[in-house]
Amino acid sequence: MNVGRVVGTLIATQKDANLTGHRILCVEPLEGREGSFFALDAVGAGAGETVLYIRGREASYAYLPDFVPCDAAIVGIVDHLEEGGA
Amino acid sequence: MKLGKVAGTVVATRKDPRLRGLKLLVVATLTPRLEPDGGYEVAVDTVQAGFREIVILVTGSSARMTERTESAPVDATIVGIVDSVDLDSA
Repeated sequence: MNVGRVVGTLIATQKDANLTGHRILCVEPLEGREGSFFALDAVGAGAGETVLYIRGREASYAYLPDFVPCDAAIVGIVDHLEEGGA
Repeated sequence: MKLGKVAGTVVATRKDPRLRGLKLLVVATLTPRLEPDGGYEVAVDTVQAGFREIVILVTGSSARMTERTESAPVDATIVGIVDSVDLDSA
């Protein structure tokens, strides 16, 4: 899992039936060289929020038992990040 | 998930039997600002996408999570046609 920021939304009327009702948001990773990408929102994230996301097939597990074709999902909203501690 | 623009069609007569009946499109991948990023994918079309349409691509093993592509040897599937992208105002 990684941390990113919500920077946009995507509207698509014609899509796979199992994507119906799910919001698709643009996420900008907080670190690394990876560019922004689109992810399904499983937690009701909003603009500018820092979120926890997951990529790969595991992203669709956020919707089990539904069979949702997605390779990136937002699975948490970050309250705060702490350096050190734990 | 990534965005792409449909650039062409792939015709292949001899192929894995589980690919039969699936439409294969060449899709130029785009940044969220809809600029070409220089890459491309050959993707299975499940939503009747047309030439030059902007589409949503799912890649990797998630590409098999649609009714049409379940258990087919594919790693990129078009799962939606983009109406609009709105950045910095989610």
